[in-house]
Amino acid sequence: MSDTIITVENLSKCYIIAHEERERYTSLRDVMTRRVKNAFSFGKSSYKNPSSQEEFWALKDLNFEIKRGDRVGIIGRNGAGKSTLLKILSRITEPTTGRVTIDGRVASLLEVGTGFHPELTGRENIFLNGAILGMSRAEIRVKFDEIVAFAEVEKFLDTPVKRYSSGMYVRLAFAVAAHMEPEILIVDEVLAVGDAQFQKKCLGKMEDVSRNEGRTVLFVSHNMQALLSLCKKGIYLIGGKVETIDEINQTINSYLSQSNTFNSHDDLTSLTTALKSDEDFKLKNILFYQDSQRIFGNVVNGKEIQIEVHYELSNKLNGFRVFLDVCDPIGSIAFRSFHDEETGRHLDMEPGRYVSKVTIPADLLAPISYDFRFLFGIHNIRMTQPEEGISFRINVEQTGKYNEAYNGQYTAGMICPPLKWEVKSIN
Amino acid sequence: MNTNRIIIEPGRTEQNYWRDLWLFRELFYILSWRDIKVRYKQTVIGTAWSIIRPLLTTIIFTIVFSRVAKLGEPSGAPYAIMVFAGMLPWQFFANALSEASNSLIGNANLVSKVYFPRMIIPASSIITSLVDFAISFLLLLAMMVFYQYVPDVKILLLPVFILMALAAAFGVGLYITALNVKYRDFRYIIPFIVQIGLYITPVGFSSSLVPEKWRLWYSLNPMVGVVDGFRWCILDEPMYRPGFFISVFMIVLFLWVGVVYFRKTEKSFADNI
Repeated sequence: MSDTIITVENLSKCYIIAHEERERYTSLRDVMTRRVKNAFSFGKSSYKNPSSQEEFWALKDLNFEIKRGDRVGIIGRNGAGKSTLLKILSRITEPTTGRVTIDGRVASLLEVGTGFHPELTGRENIFLNGAILGMSRAEIRVKFDEIVAFAEVEKFLDTPVKRYSSGMYVRLAFAVAAHMEPEILIVDEVLAVGDAQFQKKCLGKMEDVSRNEGRTVLFVSHNMQALLSLCKKGIYLIGGKVETIDEINQTINSYLSQSNTFNSHDDLTSLTTALKSDEDFKLKNILFYQDSQRIFGNVVNGKEIQIEVHYELSNKLNGFRVFLDVCDPIGSIAFRSFHDEETGRHLDMEPGRYVSKVTIPADLLAPISYDFRFLFGIHNIRMTQPEEGISFRINVEQTGKYNEAYNGQYTAGMICPPLKWEVKSIN
Repeated sequence: MNTNRIIIEPGRTEQNYWRDLWLFRELFYILSWRDIKVRYKQTVIGTAWSIIRPLLTTIIFTIVFSRVAKLGEPSGAPYAIMVFAGMLPWQFFANALSEASNSLIGNANLVSKVYFPRMIIPASSIITSLVDFAISFLLLLAMMVFYQYVPDVKILLLPVFILMALAAAFGVGLYITALNVKYRDFRYIIPFIVQIGLYITPVGFSSSLVPEKWRLWYSLNPMVGVVDGFRWCILDEPMYRPGFFISVFMIVLFLWVGVVYFRKTEKSFADNI
């Protein structure tokens, strides 16, 4: 019996990006005005102005096979093509070239609670969502009690879900999806929602589904720990191409060594082993706090952020320093700061364990995404490993005062400190 | 070897599309049920609205066409009943058309996150109009009691013409909803079609008043055949056969064009929506 359940051959997907249009959609009006315009300017420009359209290959020549019962983690930075791949495998969108052969029923969970209707009750939504995911009513009826128990919403079954807390909503939605019985389960980063305890429960359920029932699972996540604990194999995508396809820990290692970008959900302590080792220096952990709460990826700019870098030095180092680059997502540095900059001289550091703490003041960051990159080095001598540093993606939400003009919208810039202006008539 | 083998390729028209449609029939039931439930849950007026609207229009049309314009009714049935017998299929068609046309955009989150034959969405949205139709139909029965009018047994053939109206709305709706995904301003065409359609369809008057030489052309409007059919069933008006067959032909044509265009563009819905 052939054990290959998914075969992907030369798969590519191309999106056409129109630069001109700012709107998300075309309207017939635009198309007609453009045609009319062009009709009066023979030869000058064709209807498809090449400068305004650009091809973007979200996936390029993917080839791989997945065996029955495999649990495969798909890793890659944002925009590497993970979601596009899942969308093609779930038949939501079609590829531009190539071919995929799938032997079995696919259920995909690309979003939690797809199709939930806020006006309907929990009970009704279970049936609705189940049908959307491809279950029959009979199947749902059999699983109904299990779903309700898993979601812990017994008391609210007949309440419209618009009155649910967001936690209940997510629990119910995941519970429905987790009780499907497809041969292949495709899961996009859906576990980023919900509290830690529930995430654990979901992971446990997924593990259960694949290990005990022999299902094939494809799982996209930025949560390396979840990937490590759930998956056996990994596929690492860069720019729409397969970079590595291997055992999961090998794949994660190659991902971390190439990008060193962590999701702040990850507990660094278990992952720093994947980093290149250094004779003098060992990073232990990096923690973010806001309002004395640990934060994971999302912060507000109206409040201070405290960051703690924990590390160990095995030798006496004169002039060792930790520094932080706050970069925009493209990689330009917004600002850089050293842990010895206030003292104005080198710190001579004895062997031992240390924590370097820094505070990012309130009302400084713009409401965009940043990469917080931590680097370590001995002044004027060398950078310690990991040489490229370690990055965290941090999304900033606007709550502080800032440079808004008129309409309460953030305007522009990599940082937005509130500045004092004075306007005077000088006639 | 495996019956569940799925092959994904660009431009591949799946042979098992219609089988898939059948497999996903549960989804069709449940989406229709959702639309109906939500519609009548949110608005107490929902039910009343499906009575008030045709009733008011019927009263106005009866006054305008019968009293002011002094048009007659060939079968001798009360004018109000004749207007209502035309209003029923027309309202049904208009509602179904607008529901179907906006259905894909309204369910954008489903389209971009889950696979199923997309045709289920416009198809299930039409069912709500069928319920509205049933409610309005009760009103017709009430009017018959009021006017003490006994319809012909041919009224039992009514479902055939309901199906025709359904097919007409579905065909045009499929086409427009698919266009709507790409060109969002297409939805503004619907109120226009509905408004114009009300006047070029024999709702307020009998189609027998249309001059003989134009009648064949007139029947290019598929709803002419449907409305005539309704009046033939309910009022025993004489049926203009050639016109009726032209209307049937037009409905089939629209349906064919709608299905073909929908199938052609279906694969890119998730990218464009």
